[in-house]
Amino acid sequence: MARNVSNTRKALVTAVAWTIGILIFFPILWTILTSFKTEAEAIASPPSFLFFDWTVENYVEVNSRSNYPLHFMNSVIISIGSTLLGLLIAIPAAWSMAFVPAKRTKDILMWMLSTKMLPPVGVLIPIYLLFRDFGLLDTRIGLVVVLTLINLPIIVWMLYTYFKEIPGEILEAARMDGAGLWDEVVHVLTPMAIPGIASTLLLNVILSWNEAFWTLNLTAAKAAPLTAFIASYSSPEGLFYAKLSAASTLAIAPILILGWFSQKQLVRGLTFGAVK
Amino acid sequence: MTFFARALMGATALTLAASPALAEKLTIATVNNGDMIRMQKLTDDFTSANPDIELEWVTLEENVLRQRVTTDIATKGGQYDIMTIGTYEAPIWAKQGWLVALEGLGDDYDADDLLPAIRGGLTVDGKLYAAPFYGESSMVMYRKDLMEKAGLEMPDAPTWDQIKEAAAAMTDKDNEVYGICLRGKAGWGENMAFLSAMANSYGAKWFDMDWKPQFDGEAWKATLTDYLDLMNNYGPPGASSNGFNENLSLFQTGKCGMWIDATVAASFVTNADDSQVADQVGFALAPDKGLGKRGNWLWAWNLAIPAGSQKVDAAKKFIAWATSKDYLSLVAENEGWANVPPGTRTSLYENQAYLDAAPFAKMTLESINAADPQSPTVDEVPYVGVQFVAIPEFQGIGTAVGQQFSAALAGSITTEQALANAQNVTERTMKKAGYIK
Repeated sequence: MARNVSNTRKALVTAVAWTIGILIFFPILWTILTSFKTEAEAIASPPSFLFFDWTVENYVEVNSRSNYPLHFMNSVIISIGSTLLGLLIAIPAAWSMAFVPAKRTKDILMWMLSTKMLPPVGVLIPIYLLFRDFGLLDTRIGLVVVLTLINLPIIVWMLYTYFKEIPGEILEAARMDGAGLWDEVVHVLTPMAIPGIASTLLLNVILSWNEAFWTLNLTAAKAAPLTAFIASYSSPEGLFYAKLSAASTLAIAPILILGWFSQKQLVRGLTFGAVK
Repeated sequence: MTFFARALMGATALTLAASPALAEKLTIATVNNGDMIRMQKLTDDFTSANPDIELEWVTLEENVLRQRVTTDIATKGGQYDIMTIGTYEAPIWAKQGWLVALEGLGDDYDADDLLPAIRGGLTVDGKLYAAPFYGESSMVMYRKDLMEKAGLEMPDAPTWDQIKEAAAAMTDKDNEVYGICLRGKAGWGENMAFLSAMANSYGAKWFDMDWKPQFDGEAWKATLTDYLDLMNNYGPPGASSNGFNENLSLFQTGKCGMWIDATVAASFVTNADDSQVADQVGFALAPDKGLGKRGNWLWAWNLAIPAGSQKVDAAKKFIAWATSKDYLSLVAENEGWANVPPGTRTSLYENQAYLDAAPFAKMTLESINAADPQSPTVDEVPYVGVQFVAIPEFQGIGTAVGQQFSAALAGSITTEQALANAQNVTERTMKKAGYIK
């Protein structure tokens, strides 16, 4: 009896999990399906789910109209560049806050997080003027810098949480064995925090890849990433849903694949230390 | 000759030989619409005649583009050599000194051929600051078969009462046919474009001559009451979130008896590839209330050069090409007359080939000519603009008022509350901006 209840419960939980999963994934699936429809079919009511004339003409049109490889490369460089630069700054910062905390460490952490509460548009003009004066408008390096700064609080917080889970005694033992600061961070702390660092890295790549305020406002033609590529297919007046869906599918495909292959790492990292 | 001198001569020769590669590059910011995309495909015609000029396109969604180019021009960012701007921005930016006057566009440019209503909205102190690429007004698009079934005939210049009568007669909710589809989505360029134009025909206005908001007057009350009455009784469900594209979709799938919206929609609803009612569409002027003004708007997408640009001559060359009579012929040759960007030149509407290919051409021209941005309402007003007020504060207050009217359509607030809130929000902004005390 108990086994039956357990099986029923298991089936129920599985069904609920699948339902939630499908609900979350449905908009992406719908976008992918729409990308293979004609514009007329894309707005048809009632919409057809699978039984329509499948076409790749939207992908052909999108590729002929836009320089997808350029936007793709910009996205790759900006997201990976900002992530690596962010980690370079955040690892020492999180180490010092986790293992050598000062009186105001908690306050500093809260202050860092509070910068995320400001709507980005509030600082658009000052940042734009700085970028103009430093010649950083429409440059990849400019976007790497700004996305690093934007995501830094989250990276520091995540790494701080992971580092706090590592017993300080291990680092003390390393020190007693003669390890210097460099050895301590690189050879002892980092290998132990690899799952945390990896999930931070992946999350930051995803956040940078999807960032659509600064990447749209600080770029024009040369450094515009895939967010600008998608924006070029939206219009308040005209039929564009199928082409927009094709552009969106092309833009999200790389990050979707990355997320799919690294989901184990991502989940492990995100739940690291969740159960004490 | 020493080795150094030879090397120097060689380098000089190489530099000269490479000079075509140092072509001047124009970065052009533009919107994503059919006419602009077509232009991008046809630019070989321009670059082959001007091999020293390269073109680089930045295509963005309308609202993103507006935010992007406004930031750039206000901060003198210098990211763009040519910007696509609307009739709302053109006079404001020209007065700020942010745009280069478009003089010297060439002997054969024929600026006098530009439609007077469109040209007037782009001219400040007698100088043209933006060249129109395509222009539009709004008009009534209706189903001829449904009108016939209802035993009615749509006049070329209907009144609002006739529109209401037709909407009632065509509505068949059991079969998902709604007598009228209008914009309900909040935004200064969404529902407020329609409602401001409708209000003009009712004798309403945004401000009196002292810049005092007028939403507490009877004319606005009549406008909003009739709009809500039309939409609640004969409109589609969920209309408060409908904009151009949603209504286009409804009309094309046979669910609207009438649709009052941009003249540019005519080419979509008559295109048999996309529209199920393509051969049943008739056109009429936007309605009036017998007060001398019709409820139609006026808009154009225009090309302009930001002040401070280092490439003014090359930019002017491109603008002259893209907005010329020859460009219209080039589009006709490649894509057919029906795809020529409409609403900018008088000569296009005298061209029989165009009139034959575009059944909506006559009504488009009459609609454009019926709008007067310099004198948009029945009474005298201190502002320019038909469906907008050409002041920098309008985007904010237009959207705030639009949210109130959209909420009234959704049934969240009453007509009286919406008007009172609109009055308050507009008055507050105008006081802050120093127009009134």
